[in-house]
Amino acid sequence: MSDEQTFLDALSARGTRRGAEPTWIAARRQAGAARFEALGFPTRRDEAFKYTDVRTIARGDFTLAQDAQDLAPLSPATAAALTLPLEALRLTFVDGIFAPELSDLAALPAGVSVEPLSEALADNHEAVGGALGRLAGVDFSPFTALNTAFAEEGAVIRLAPGSVVETPILVQFLSRANATPLMSHPRVLIEAGARSQATVIEHQVGEEEAANFSNLVSEVMLERGAILTHYKLQEASLKDLHVSSLHIDQGRDSRFTSFNLNLGGSLVRNDIVADLNAQGAETNYYGLFFAQGRQHVDNHTLVNHNAPHTFSNENYKGILGDRAHGVFNGKVVVRRDSQKIEAHQSNANLLLSDRAEIDTKPELEIYADDVKCSHGATTGQLDEEAIFALRARGIGEETARGLLTLAFAGEVMEQVVLDAVAERVERTVAGKLPERFNLAGLVEVAAALDEE
Amino acid sequence: MLEVKDLHVTVEGKEILKGLSLTIQPGEVHAIMGPNGAGKSTLSAVIAGKDGYEVTSGTITFEGKDVLEMDIEERACAGLLLGFQYPVEIPGVKNIYLLKAALNAQRAARGEDEMPAPDFMKLVREKIKFMKMDSSFLQRAVNEGFSGGEKKRNEILQMLLLQPKLAMLDEIDSGLDIDAMKVVADGVNSLRDANRAILMVTHYQRLLDHIVPDVVHVLVDGRIVKTGGKELALELESRGYEWVLEESAA
Ligand SMILES: Nc1ncnc2c1ncn2[C@@H]1O[C@H](COP(=O)(O)OP(=O)(O)OP(=O)(O)O)[C@@H](O)[C@H]1O
Ligand SMILES: [Mg+2]
Repeated sequence: MSDEQTFLDALSARGTRRGAEPTWIAARRQAGAARFEALGFPTRRDEAFKYTDVRTIARGDFTLAQDAQDLAPLSPATAAALTLPLEALRLTFVDGIFAPELSDLAALPAGVSVEPLSEALADNHEAVGGALGRLAGVDFSPFTALNTAFAEEGAVIRLAPGSVVETPILVQFLSRANATPLMSHPRVLIEAGARSQATVIEHQVGEEEAANFSNLVSEVMLERGAILTHYKLQEASLKDLHVSSLHIDQGRDSRFTSFNLNLGGSLVRNDIVADLNAQGAETNYYGLFFAQGRQHVDNHTLVNHNAPHTFSNENYKGILGDRAHGVFNGKVVVRRDSQKIEAHQSNANLLLSDRAEIDTKPELEIYADDVKCSHGATTGQLDEEAIFALRARGIGEETARGLLTLAFAGEVMEQVVLDAVAERVERTVAGKLPERFNLAGLVEVAAALDEE
Repeated sequence: MLEVKDLHVTVEGKEILKGLSLTIQPGEVHAIMGPNGAGKSTLSAVIAGKDGYEVTSGTITFEGKDVLEMDIEERACAGLLLGFQYPVEIPGVKNIYLLKAALNAQRAARGEDEMPAPDFMKLVREKIKFMKMDSSFLQRAVNEGFSGGEKKRNEILQMLLLQPKLAMLDEIDSGLDIDAMKVVADGVNSLRDANRAILMVTHYQRLLDHIVPDVVHVLVDGRIVKTGGKELALELESRGYEWVLEESAA
C-alpha cells in the first residue's frame, strides 16, 4: 500500500462515521483528497522540500482522535501545566478535538466572535464557506490538500469593523501521549474587519511523550486598516511531527506581524505567505527557531508585493545545536507595477555544534524598478572573546554560552511584547542548551527591574 | 598572595614574556609601567587564563594554588579578576544579567546560596551610584555603545560588586576625563584593604596620583627590569624609559 493510501483509507473510514455535511464541504473534501492523491507526499526532488524529508510523516500510521479506540485522557493538571500563563480568550483543542472545559471565552468583547469551527459551521455554514479555503487552496501543497480533505475542527475568529480586542486570543493545540500515534488537521480562519485590532496566539504544546502528527492550515484576512499580531509558539514534544501553513491576505493600510517561534517538534515545516494586495499594507515576519538533538525545522516564508507602496520586513534567527538541521527560505516577489515598495529581510543563524546544519536561502524576484530591497544571511558561532569576558568574571562556560545564545535571539525576542511568550522562549533557549543550565533566575531579575 | 616566577610566554611562536617574576602581598598596590608592546597586557591575560598564550616555563601561584591549572572561571572565583584594557562589547547581554550571573557564580563557588533578588538589586544600586553611573546602564547590553570612559567605569562597577582579592587593572585610566578618573580611582581605592591587592598597568602618573602605589615595576621586553617605590613612577614620567634600560644593561 502506498504511503498516500494509508491516509486516504483513514479519510474514507472517517467519512462513513461522520454525519451528513453540507454539499460544499463534501465537495471540498473530495477535491482535497483528489489533489492529495495526485500530488502525493512531497519528496526531496520537489524544490520546496529540497532540504526536508517528510517520509516519517508519509510512512506513519496515524489515527484521528475522533476514531481512536484507546484515547488516553489528558488530565486537567497536565493541561494547566502546558497552557500559557497569561490572561487570554482561550480556545483549546486536544489532538484536534475541541475541549470546552479547557476553553474560556467568557470575557469576549462586543464585535468579536471566537468559535470552534464545528460551531461556526453549525451556526451558519455558508458564512464560513465563503472565506474558508479562499487563501489556502488544495494546490498550495499536498499538506493543505490533506488538511482540506480532513479538516473538521479549528478556530473561527471574526472581528467586526473597528473592534479592538486588548486581550490576546489564544488558540491552543495540545498533543497527548497516546499508544497509537494520532493525527489532526486543524483549520484556523481569522477575518479582521476594517480598522479592527487583535492579537492571536497559536500555541502547539503537548505531553513529553506525545508522538503525533498535526497539520494546521490558517487563513488570515485583513481588511482596510486592520492590525493583527500573530504568534505561533510551537513547543510540540520532541517526537511530534508538525506541518503548518499560514496565509495572509492584506487590504489597504493593514498591518500584519508574525512571530514564528519554534522550539519543539522532531520534524517541523512552516509556510507563511502574505499577499500585500493594496497600498499601505505592511507585513512583519519575526522568527526564531531553536533545535537540537536531531530536530529538523524548516521555515518557508513568502511575501507577495502585489501593490505599490507596500512594506515588508523580516528577521529570522536560527539556533542549532547537536545534529539539528534548520532550513530558512525567504522569498519576496515584487510585481511589475508594484513601485515604491520596501522589502527587507535578514536571517542570522548560530551553530552551537560542528554537526548542526543550516540551509538558508533568500529568494528575491523583483519585477519593479523603483524599490528598496535588502537581504542578508549570516551563519556563525558564539563570540569566543565574549565567552572569555564572561568566564573571567566567574561565570561558568555553559552559562556564558547560554547568555550569549539568548543574546543572539535578542533582536527578535525584544519585539515580543507578550511576556508569557517571551519567557517561555527564553527559558527554553537558555535551559535547553547542551549541558542545560537554567537561567531562570536571571530572567526574573530582569523582569523585576522592568517593573520598577 | 600572588607569585609569578620566571614566567616565559609565547604568542604565536613569538616569546613575549622572557622570565618575568613578581610577588604581590596582601594589602599592596602594585603598578606596572613600560613601553608599548612590552608584555604588560600579556601578563595580566595569562594570569586571567586567556587562550592563545603558551606558558613555556615558570609558575604562577595565587594563595598557594597553581593558577595555571585552574579554569578561567575558577581563577575569577578564587578572587583573581582582570579589568580589561579593551572591554569587549557583548550585544544582547544586559549588564544586569552579567552582574547577577557573575555574583551568583562566585557565591556558588564559595558554597554560598544565590543572593535574593531584592538584596542583589539593593547592592547593585549602591555600587552603580558610587560609580556615578545612571541605572539605565544596567539594562543596556554589556559595553555596547558605551563611551571609552563608560566602559572603564563599568569594569570597576563589576569589581565593586565582585570584590576581588586581587584586582588586575589594565590601563583603566585610558580614555578617562578628569572627573571620570576621580570616580574610577575612588572605586579602586574603595577596594583597598589589608586583605586585598591591586595590580595596575598604566602609562601615566596621573592615575598614580589618585591610586597611590606601594610598588612600581618597569616592564621592558618581557622582563621586569626595575622595581621601586612610588617615586619611581615620577622619575619615569620625567625621564622616560631609556635610562632604566641603560641602567639594567650596565
Ligand atoms: N594575539 C597576538 N598575536 C600576535 N602577537 C601578539 C598577540 N598578543 C600580543 N602580541 C604581541 O605581544 C607583544 C606584547 O603585547 P602586550 O599587549 O602585552 O603589550 P603591552 O605591554 O600591554 O602594550 P601596550 O602598552 O601597548 O598596551 C606585542 O608585541 C604584541 O604585538
Ligand atoms: Mg596593554
